[in-house]
Order: sequence, then C-alpha cells, then structure tokens
Amino acid sequence: MDGFVNAATVRASARPRKKKMQLLFMALPLMALVILFNYVPLFGWIYSLFDYRPGISLWKCDFVGLEYFKLFLTDKYDMYRVMKNTIVFALIGYLVSPLPMLFAILLNEVKCAPYKKVVQTISTMPNFVSWVIVYSLMFTIFSTDGLLNEILMNMGLIERPTNVLADASAVYWFQTLLGQWKNLGWSSIVYLAAISGIDQEMYEAASIDGANRLQSTWHITIPSLMPTYIVLLLLSIGNFVSVGFDQYFVFKNNVTSVNIEVLDVYVYRIGLMNADYSYGVAIGIMKSVVSITLLFIANFISKKVRGNSIF
Amino acid sequence: MVQKKTPVGIFCDVLIYVFLGIFTFLCLYPFWYLVIYTFSDPTQSATGVSIWFKGFSLYNVQQVLRLEGIGRALLNSVLRTVLGTAITVVCCSFLGYLFTKEEMPAKKLLYRTLIVTMYVSGGLIPTYLVYRMYGLTNNFLVYILPSAVSAYNIILIKTFIEQLPTSLEEAAMIDGAGYMTIFVRVIFPLSIPIVATIAIFAAVGQWNSWFDNHIYNTNNDALLTLQYQLYQFLNESQRIAELLRQGNIHDVEAAVSQQLTPKGVRVTTTLFAAVPIFLVYPFMQRYFIKGIMIGAVKG
Repeated sequence: MDGFVNAATVRASARPRKKKMQLLFMALPLMALVILFNYVPLFGWIYSLFDYRPGISLWKCDFVGLEYFKLFLTDKYDMYRVMKNTIVFALIGYLVSPLPMLFAILLNEVKCAPYKKVVQTISTMPNFVSWVIVYSLMFTIFSTDGLLNEILMNMGLIERPTNVLADASAVYWFQTLLGQWKNLGWSSIVYLAAISGIDQEMYEAASIDGANRLQSTWHITIPSLMPTYIVLLLLSIGNFVSVGFDQYFVFKNNVTSVNIEVLDVYVYRIGLMNADYSYGVAIGIMKSVVSITLLFIANFISKKVRGNSIF
Repeated sequence: MVQKKTPVGIFCDVLIYVFLGIFTFLCLYPFWYLVIYTFSDPTQSATGVSIWFKGFSLYNVQQVLRLEGIGRALLNSVLRTVLGTAITVVCCSFLGYLFTKEEMPAKKLLYRTLIVTMYVSGGLIPTYLVYRMYGLTNNFLVYILPSAVSAYNIILIKTFIEQLPTSLEEAAMIDGAGYMTIFVRVIFPLSIPIVATIAIFAAVGQWNSWFDNHIYNTNNDALLTLQYQLYQFLNESQRIAELLRQGNIHDVEAAVSQQLTPKGVRVTTTLFAAVPIFLVYPFMQRYFIKGIMIGAVKG
C-alpha cells in the first residue's frame, strides 16, 4: 500500500516538475537578452577607472582610479555651465508641471463634445512625432529663410530676418514652449481620465449650495486631481538630472550650445564625439548615482506622506 | 441639471474656447504647412505659401523619390518598424505569459531582474562600448534586438493576462495542451487588446528612432533610416545657414554647390516621415488611453 502511494505521488509530481522546468527553459533565452542588453553594459562602468584609449585592450590601459570623477567635480567651466543648464531645465519642468492638469480642467469645461474631441485629438498628435520632425517643422518656420521671416518681412514689420533657433538667450523659454507644444495634450490625458472618475454628486451638491463653476473647480476638481499630480511629481524627482536628450541634441548648434547643452548631451559630446570614453562613463555613472539616490528619497517621502511607495 | 448662464460664465466659456482653439491651431498648423508646401507648385510657392495650396504639383515628391538612397532609407524604416514590432510583441507577450505562472522556478528572481532594468541602465557610453563589442555596429540588428524585451510592456501584458478567466486555460490543460500551445491558441488571441496597444507604441517608437542609427550605423549608408536621413538634411541646411550668417561667401558657394538640400526636399521628406504616424493615429487613440490607465494602476 505504502509503495503504491509513493509510486502514484512520484508519477503525479514528476510530470509537473518536468513541466515546471520547461517554463524556466522557455524564459531563459529571453532573459538572456535582458542580461546581454541591460546588465552587461553595467560592467562598462569599469572603463571610468582606466585611461582608456580606443584600439587598445582595457587591461593595457593605465589605471587612474577616481581621477575622472575628480576631474568632473573640479571642472570649473564646462561642469558649471552644463549643470546650470540641466538644473534650469529641471526647475522650469517643475514650474510648468501643473499645466497638463490645468489643460485638462479647461478641456473638461468645454460642453460641446465634438469641439472637445477635436481639441483633444489634435493636441495629442505632436507627442507621437520624433524630435527630428519637430526640429524640421521649427526650422521650416523659424529659420532665416523660414515662414515667419517671410511673413514679417512681407508685412514690413522687420528689416533683418530673425532666427530664434540661433539665439542663445532664447534657449530656455523657447525649448520650454516646444516641450509644452509637443507634450501638453498627451500629459493631460491622465488628468482627463481622473476627472471622469470624480463623483458627479459632489458637483451637484456644490451647485445646490450655490457654488459657481470656479468654486467647484477650486474646491472639488483640483483637490481630486492632487493625488495624481503628486504621484507624477514624485516619480519625476528621479529624473532631475535626466531632463531629456533628443530635444536638446537636435536643437543644439554652435550658437545655442552654450545654454542648451544639458548633462546627457554633454556626456555624448565628451564620450562619443571626443572619444574620451572613460570621462564620459565617469560622468554617466555620477548621473546614475544621483538619479537613483533621488528616486529612493522620493520613495521615502512618498511612504511618509502617502503611506505607500511609488515603485 | 442646467445652471443658468451668467454673463461672466459666458465670457469664461468664450475665453476657454478661444484659448483651446488657438492651442489646437498651433499644434496642427506646422503639419498643415508641410502638406501645402509639398504639393504647391514650386514656381509659385517661392513667393510664399501660408494658408492654402498655390497651384498643384508633384514636383517636390518626385524630387525626393529621385534622391539617391531615399528608397533604401524608406525600406529600412519600414523594415525596422515591422520586424522590431513583431519581435517585441512576440517576446514580451510570451515572457509576460510565463511570468503569470506561479509554478515557474525562480520566478521571483527573474521577474525582479527584469524590473530593475526600468530604473538602472549602464548609460550611453558603456552601452555603446558593449554593443560595439557584440558587433552591433554597422549592423541592422541593433535596431531590433535591444528593444525586444521591455520590462514595461511585460508588466502591462502580465497584468492583462492575470485578469483573464482561468477556466479556459485549465480546460486546455486537462485536454493535454502544453504551455506553448495554450499560449498560442488561448492566451495570445485573448490578449489582443493589450498586444495591440503595445504593438502600436512599439511601431511608433521604431519609426521615430534615429539616434541608434546615428551612433551605431552612421558609416553604412545601406542602413540609413528615413528619420536620420532627415536629420542629416537639417544639419546640412543649418550649417549653410551658419556660414551665410558669418558672411563667408566663398564657403557658402562651395557648400551650396556641393550639398545643399533644397527646402522643398526637406519639407517633403518631413512629410514622408510624419505621414505614417498620422495614418496609425486613429487606431492609436483607441488604445493608448487604455494603455496609460493600466500603466498608471500598476506602474
């Protein structure tokens, strides 16, 4: 009897175990891709400790320890300028962060459904084209022989063509406007969804109490959207030093580079254009460390304030 | 419940409608300008187009299609979009399915290994050096392999499959079907809504990519993509504009005679690069809100 039970148990569990291993074997090739493309590059961080020159094996290069990290931290000119640009764009980012919420609230006030649909559809569209296309559009409109100058000169409003794309002092506000042009509609979708989830009875109650639309918005809509806003804000803290790459890279030229060169663009220039790999890696590592630290701080704040973590 | 409109309320409404209208116009106009400039008669558009077509001509389109390498660039962009999307969809949906199986050995470890990639990356230069070591420079595979498995997509698919009724899968299992058969016959067909969302985002991402072309495949014209071709046109125009501003006439003439890309070609190429996005946009709109919401709940 005993033997029979054992044999049955063995037979019953042998197949599932084989099947279980099958699951693992099917997952492994795909996990290998994850390791190859996401984890192995982390070993590339070791380049920052050597004076690596392309064409020579890493082990034949001089070991320099933390020299490159020191170099960046003591660099007076580039580091100061690049960090200033990065921080300015990050701070502007926080300043304009309530705009998608505001856009969603305004859109929600539109009672004419087709109009609302058209506005939402068209304002979301720029989010889906690449920054290269955006650059091309803006070049076509704002460059010296572009549409804007054509119109202004024909009307006799200006004598000499203007070119905002080659104006270092315009970089901050112009790039901010472009960012909003591209992303405002898209970013507002999550708020529109949140608005549609607000209990309508609250508005009815407020209206019976004599609240006008502005008061309902201020006392019902905005407080209801705040949790969404706070979560998105906390999530963005980890990106403080990663303000974006494509936008600043494509709009960079000899004139604007002084103000448009953010940390990621600088890493590209040092590492890939100047082939100063080790230095580029060192800056990249410092950036990653700052990002992850900020992410943990944001998570800590989130736990304290909201009672749950963000990731 | 109808609120009585006060004059102030109506004024606010008008203000909101006008503001949203202006913003919408600003979002649409640059694309509209591409269309009217491309299809206007070049001899007339030299005096400026702004609102409507001036004449009608396919001259610009013909000019672009006649460019050397543009057919290749178009083909590469289409290829990477189709292949890249297919590979991402297959890899992510299959791995997402495997991760819904509680009985998978080392499931937690593997899943965490995957999720960490959303927050930690080697960075630009280490990634470049390692991919170069893999032989992915001057190689078409660099467009489609690194993006094959994406943690975010897998979260979306896993979440979706988890809320499917388990009875269908159990029935298939009793009939003796293996994991692979169940995935292909049962799970994948049921997951079409989320798979479509992922496919559309992957396709848009692939079509829009240009930076991988710029850093890995810049030396091989056979691997040029449309977006990067456009970027090169723009860079050229930018350089010449800079020379003009510096008033270096000799250089300008040399540059112009060598490699100036006429505005018509630039604008038409931009239209080519933007049109596919507009074509899939109606489908996208159906799916992306769903995608965002699942991501927001789970992310």
